[in-house]
Amino acid sequence: MTGAELTEQETALYDRQIRVWGVDAQRRLSKSHVFVSGLKGTAVEFCKNIVLAGVGSLTLNDDNPVTEEALAANFLIPFDENMGGGGSLAELCCDSLKDFNPMVHVSVEKGDLSSFDVNFFEKFDVVVISCCSLAAKKSVNEKCRKLSKRVAFYTVDCRDSCGEIFVDLQKYAYAKEKADETVECLLQYPSYEEAIAIPWRSLPKRVSKLYFAMRVVERFEDVERRKPGETSISDLPNVLKLRNELCLAHSLNESQIPDSLLERLVVSTKEFPPISAVLGGILGQEVIKAISGKGDPLKNFFFFDSVDGKGLIEDISTP
Amino acid sequence: MTTIRPPPVVKLADGGTHTTDVTEASAKDHTKGWRRNNLLSSERERDDMSPERTPSVEWTTDQQFQTNSYYGSPTFRSMDRHELELRFKRPKSHTIRFRGKTKNESRDLLALFLQLSPIHPFSRLSHTQFIILQQSSSVSMASGQQLSSIKGAKVLMVGAGGIGCELLKTLALSGFEDIHIIDMDTIEVSNLNRQFLFRQSHVGQSKAKVARDAVLRFRPQISITPYHANVKDTNFNVDFFKQFSVVLNGLDNLDARRHVNRLCLAADVPLVESGTTGFLGQVTVHIKGRTECYECQPKPAPKTYPVCTITSTPSKFVHCIVWAKDLLFAKLFGDKNQDNDLNVRSNDTTTSSDHSEDIFELGPDEDIQQYANRIYDHVFGHNIQTALSNEETWKNRNKPRPIYVKDALSDESIQQNGNADVSNDSLSSLSAMAYLGLKNPQDIWSLKESSRVFFAALKLFFSKRQKEIGNLTFDKDDPLAVEFVTAAANIRAASFNIPLHSLFEAKGIAGNIVHAVATTNAIIAGLIVIEAIKVLQNDAKNCRMTYCLQHPSRKMLLMPVEPFEPNKSCYVCSETPLLLEVNTHRAKLRDLVEKVVTSKLGMSLPLITHGSSLLYEVGDDLEEDMVANYEANLEKVLSELPYAITGGTIITVEDLQQELVCNINIKHREEFDEEKEPDEMVLHGWTTPTPAVENNKDATDNNGASTSSTSKSAPNDMEDDDELSILETGIETIPAGGKKRKSSDVSTPETLIDEKRAKKIPEQPENDDDVIVMLDDRNDPVVTL
Repeated sequence: MTGAELTEQETALYDRQIRVWGVDAQRRLSKSHVFVSGLKGTAVEFCKNIVLAGVGSLTLNDDNPVTEEALAANFLIPFDENMGGGGSLAELCCDSLKDFNPMVHVSVEKGDLSSFDVNFFEKFDVVVISCCSLAAKKSVNEKCRKLSKRVAFYTVDCRDSCGEIFVDLQKYAYAKEKADETVECLLQYPSYEEAIAIPWRSLPKRVSKLYFAMRVVERFEDVERRKPGETSISDLPNVLKLRNELCLAHSLNESQIPDSLLERLVVSTKEFPPISAVLGGILGQEVIKAISGKGDPLKNFFFFDSVDGKGLIEDISTP
Repeated sequence: MTTIRPPPVVKLADGGTHTTDVTEASAKDHTKGWRRNNLLSSERERDDMSPERTPSVEWTTDQQFQTNSYYGSPTFRSMDRHELELRFKRPKSHTIRFRGKTKNESRDLLALFLQLSPIHPFSRLSHTQFIILQQSSSVSMASGQQLSSIKGAKVLMVGAGGIGCELLKTLALSGFEDIHIIDMDTIEVSNLNRQFLFRQSHVGQSKAKVARDAVLRFRPQISITPYHANVKDTNFNVDFFKQFSVVLNGLDNLDARRHVNRLCLAADVPLVESGTTGFLGQVTVHIKGRTECYECQPKPAPKTYPVCTITSTPSKFVHCIVWAKDLLFAKLFGDKNQDNDLNVRSNDTTTSSDHSEDIFELGPDEDIQQYANRIYDHVFGHNIQTALSNEETWKNRNKPRPIYVKDALSDESIQQNGNADVSNDSLSSLSAMAYLGLKNPQDIWSLKESSRVFFAALKLFFSKRQKEIGNLTFDKDDPLAVEFVTAAANIRAASFNIPLHSLFEAKGIAGNIVHAVATTNAIIAGLIVIEAIKVLQNDAKNCRMTYCLQHPSRKMLLMPVEPFEPNKSCYVCSETPLLLEVNTHRAKLRDLVEKVVTSKLGMSLPLITHGSSLLYEVGDDLEEDMVANYEANLEKVLSELPYAITGGTIITVEDLQQELVCNINIKHREEFDEEKEPDEMVLHGWTTPTPAVENNKDATDNNGASTSSTSKSAPNDMEDDDELSILETGIETIPAGGKKRKSSDVSTPETLIDEKRAKKIPEQPENDDDVIVMLDDRNDPVVTL
């Protein structure tokens, strides 16, 4: 099948969404290959969305065994007293996702994320990593950037009632439809490493406090060699100390990163299901935009905090 | 609100080590002062019971707890025999085991234990440490307080469609344990792209029931009660609604939304309302007396078109669709006795209108091909020809071109059509497209192809679906009906020099199909749960209406807005009387019931009284003579009713199910504008529909396309699902105009695309993290008396 035309089955199934993004976009979706690593609640929400949307293939990576905690936040895994009978998270999620949409090829890639080399990522159009260390984010992002084809790179993290999405589309040209005319737009994205290296002072004045708070926590986990989310209240004093150091170095007022916000992020590291649903939805939408070339992609950070209810886009890049 | 089950017996197995003193202050922190003593006494009473028979908590440590030190986050393990274990590393290693008869019981034990923290050094933990422990109890939730309000809540979901599937999943994951769900629909193939709880094999089954079963697979311990029924059924009355802590709507039509709004008001149950279309969505919270009700603000009305635009002067494709669907299709295959402007209007300038009665009757000696040719020539040829004779109409318009069969089809195709053997087995697929070898629904047919589809579809109806003729109404899921309407609309469009459209597009317009994607539904469902939890915690002051936008406004894709106070002149939640202008000497009671009470006021079981006398009511248990009496009243002119309704009369209209009562002041008025006020009645004081814009179903162009006002387009009433009720000659649209109040100060132009320009746009001064967007400039309803 060349995929030049959607089949009758596809047209019937995707009818409502073709009315949103058109046949061309649907065709591009069905030829795209997506890789997801780190299958907690938010990533699982994303996987569901992208499988329903009808991507060509989805490759899952997460060797962790099913735990009570993972089970609690995961609607893909049927309840089982035996905790999935020894299968990995990726394997169990794979079975359910296949069921959601028989037209999508869902598979599992075993192995540690850091073990995948540059060539591995060439198979994909989109790479999404979740619950990863700072080092892993940087390294996977760099690998994607080394390829001659563009691989869209995303990270998504949810802690307590907050969440963050990072997007790197490298050089992204698209046709923006504005009133009656179509305008060619070119976006230039920084890598993750470049983005977070930008001095805080030079960022726009009202950047979301969550951006800074997430950097502090991320840095803390990095220097303490913790796994993502492996923090507790006992870490708070040291996290606050690190905050002060970073603020001093960046000459940023400490009040920009309130204690209370850091406490929430450090103490409650579980993904709160409604927040996961929101983040997984936004990320799904962004990936669909990037694949289809339809719509304005977000550049380059998205933050959501259910305490104020805002879903904010921040552009963290050098002018 | 919060319900905590009576405590099971908790036995602290390793007595001597928990000697930390318990203070009132610490008790208050986490248990809200809840029966610490209760537990202690029950512990004493049951101390001698054996551990096998009694759920127990076992606590081992070799060190005295340091009451002021931090306890690191515990690791949580599920042990054999339903035991759960919390293991702490800091400050000293210790474990706590929870042993119930079942795993659920162990979980309950753990959750309860954590709530009873005063007897344990956990009481010294900070609030946030406490949260960790709560989360460890296998339910991912943000705080102990939330957990208990969620666990104790009884939730009613209305709708198990696009939003409903997402919502049910998120509720279950969030820890809700008692969910009731009403949905009258069954599953269709076009649902499967987003209603992820359903599979191909479920097509045709009840959405509510299948959704329940699907969620129970990953969350078997919770209770989900499905109702495969219409929410407007009388058993879902005020008492039924009263049992719920909160009602969550994921509906697809205005009518049901209004009905649920009224029941929630009557039962005094908070309502979280939602809707999505394409990438747009919204969640609003309605709490009686605190925030506006669903009907306090004008709702977009279904778009209606002036009759003459449809019958004589179409200028857009949608006009042709309305004509093909509501006039031609209805005339040919629907109830022939129904009033229909197809002939009346198109012939009213001239000649042979007496003949028109017979035009659509199949002659006794006529075969289907002859009949089809005659219909074709009449509606696309003769009628246009006739209309052309009225020069006045075409002064400022392009003249249409009459199309006859001989123009559209070459002789040989006519021949083919004539020879087509409609009883041939190859037609059994009942698709004109399949018969003609047309495959791609995205293709735009030529006039010739459209004409061939027209003939093929017409013949298929008459040969294969003879029995249904006379009773058919247009259904977007009836492929043959869609083919016929597409073909007829295209032929008409060709006649009026309007661009032709594909079957896919025509189906969307004719079927009022709303764009729908999974992502928006998932986001909206998440936001509904966030608001529902606030409502359950009695935290109404922090409730927000949230708009999900396609283009960011002030950097926001998700925009929270403070809810509005109730509209003091809302006839639904504030009992403000309405004013009806009507010609009391001409209008019948039936007109009043149909055009005002059921349609505008949305009442399904109305009761109309004038003073102490009953003029009309609807119900199952009425006496026969009463029914006859009401039937007779319906046909009477208002001023000639037993208790005459004249200018100055006040009538009372109520709906017993919705517990809604409205007083209507009657004002007599002699004349009405035929085009602008076709009902010959004007109702003031109800939330007048905002003028809907012309249909614009173009995906990329949709909502927020006008870059100057992204959020303005956040629709006021959106559809979650496929269908919505359509007015007789209307296409419902998403109002690009939306509410005025939203456009007032959130019209930041799109800044992301053009970075140079973005730099120039100054940040708005009030755009502080802690300030939420406040909008004003509300639309007031038409002034009442």
